[in-house]
Amino acid sequence: MDAILFLIFATIAVLCAINLVVQKHPISSALSLIGVMASLAVLYLLLGGEFLAAVQLIVYAGAIMVLFVFVIMLLNAGAERRSNRSLMATLFGVPLLAAFLALVAYVIQRGLPPTEGVYFGGFTQGTPRAIGRVLFTQYLLPFEVTSVLILIAIIGAVVLARKEI
Amino acid sequence: MSASFLPTGVEYIRLLPEIILAIFGTVVMMASPLRPKESRNFLYAITLVGLAAALWAAIAAYASPGTAFQDMVIVDGFGTFFRVLVIGVGILTILISHQYLARERAEPGEYYSLLLLSILGQCVMVTANELIMLFIGLEVSSIASYVMAGYLRNDQRNNESALKYFLLGSFATAFLLYGVAWIYGITGTTNLAEVRAALLTPGLAPAGMLASAAAALMFIGFAFKVSAAPFHVWAPDVYQGAPTPVAAFLSAGPKAAAFAILLRVYATAFEPLADRWEPVLWLSALLTMVIGNFAALTQTNIKRLLAYSSVAHAGYVMVAVTTNTELGTAAAMFYLASYAFMNIGAFAVVAHISRQGEKYVQIQDLAGLGVRQPLTAALLSVFMLSLIGVPLTAGFFGKFYIFKAALDANLVWLTVLGLLNSAVAAYYYLRVIVVMYMQEPVESTDSLPPLPTGLKATLWGAAAGTFLLGIFPSLVLDFAGRSAALVK
Repeated sequence: MDAILFLIFATIAVLCAINLVVQKHPISSALSLIGVMASLAVLYLLLGGEFLAAVQLIVYAGAIMVLFVFVIMLLNAGAERRSNRSLMATLFGVPLLAAFLALVAYVIQRGLPPTEGVYFGGFTQGTPRAIGRVLFTQYLLPFEVTSVLILIAIIGAVVLARKEI
Repeated sequence: MSASFLPTGVEYIRLLPEIILAIFGTVVMMASPLRPKESRNFLYAITLVGLAAALWAAIAAYASPGTAFQDMVIVDGFGTFFRVLVIGVGILTILISHQYLARERAEPGEYYSLLLLSILGQCVMVTANELIMLFIGLEVSSIASYVMAGYLRNDQRNNESALKYFLLGSFATAFLLYGVAWIYGITGTTNLAEVRAALLTPGLAPAGMLASAAAALMFIGFAFKVSAAPFHVWAPDVYQGAPTPVAAFLSAGPKAAAFAILLRVYATAFEPLADRWEPVLWLSALLTMVIGNFAALTQTNIKRLLAYSSVAHAGYVMVAVTTNTELGTAAAMFYLASYAFMNIGAFAVVAHISRQGEKYVQIQDLAGLGVRQPLTAALLSVFMLSLIGVPLTAGFFGKFYIFKAALDANLVWLTVLGLLNSAVAAYYYLRVIVVMYMQEPVESTDSLPPLPTGLKATLWGAAAGTFLLGIFPSLVLDFAGRSAALVK
């Protein structure tokens, strides 16, 4: 059952991700991204990361995607125009990408020791309580430094986008 | 259980430089609107005080070395050396930027704030003992640099520079993060010492291949940040387009910090895989030197020339990293310190020559500088000679120790090719000196105003540092040698 659910949602995630890149219109790409985010949330849930799954849906599939769509609408972005691509990118891009993915798959296949699968309910440390505890004890410093990162992002947005300096 | 997680007083002292930088970064930003636009010179003073305080704190923190905040950061000699280096780079950058921002009529508040926070990120990087911490530090440093590269947003060159840097940089960081995720998947930890212990566990043989692949993915991220080939293509475009003080900062501060994490991760966590990554670094070091030096030969823009020279110098430091010995680590530390002095000095002169709107950035625009401003020309010549590696300057001992370490590690071919490369490099640095002294003054040098005070201080400071490290290298090298033995 777990394996079937995993296969279904993993396939959806991969297909949506491919669609995201292939689509010409930004809105179609944004909608595919929602598909990726939602299926990832299900995968998190299968692993027992219930808090992560909820946050994935609320923050990524919800808030960030709404922002994306707003920006696309505001900019009135139409379908992507084909620019003159470089010969290198056309000739080598797809084969190299395929080779890279094949290599990654091979390495994972060969390298990972055959362990038993993860089952739903096998891992119970994904609750908000458990995550809150490690976030404010063991990972306190990364958590705090991330706030500096967000501050920089805000300053940067103001500096680059404000009407007058 | 909860009590053991409370940080103790000494842990705050170990983190004091970062805390001071965060406070001053915020204060500068908040103080900026308090005064009218014309009288915001006090921000410059606040920033310098903040950096001086952070410098003091970095040295004071070394009095009680150890880890802090659940092993997230480690204060050791290596980390302290790089903390002092990046804060020093910050001070020199501020001294150049002050005049530059006034000349370009740019708002200083956010600039100083971003610079302080970027240095904070670099301090976190160089003391990080954990892959998560290292990644967050890298992002703090990088995102602030992306914004600074495009700070003069009315200048199209700035926009191009920032956009290229941001897009390529984010792409490279994604590879780094992917590698970190793999390492966590294989070993179940992100702590460098524990990763090393897990990789040394017998019976992990099949996962050795996975770990090597993860190390390769992380190398892409690191190589981008240090502008090592084949991930160097961004450097010339970004340095050319960015404001000159920012280009000076990028080529010294973030690069040194990125080398620090490269050294720390590969010499501690990935040391058990040394057989696999050494050939990769060998090839990358060679490519970086060759591409940097040969591409610099044909440049006509001085900022592009310095950018390719910075790629070439990254190649020399990569040689030191490839040795995977303590001697090599010490040589890399010494080289990065001396490179910071000479390169910031060279960029400072360019910032002065270029004039408002960076009109004069061609090598030809330096013609006759030796006649019009003998002092400026002499100082630029010192930096150029040091970049070549002429004896009595810091560049000489930097190269000397790196190639000595490489020979000791039996990297004979790499040493020979590296030395041939530095001979090639002499051509394009000497060309700048020839243009300054042997050609008639042109419009750009005829109308050149005298050196402003802040810039003069930077140039004298950088020149003094170049000579000091060139005549008494043991001042820095002894400390580097002592702290090169990383905690494993």
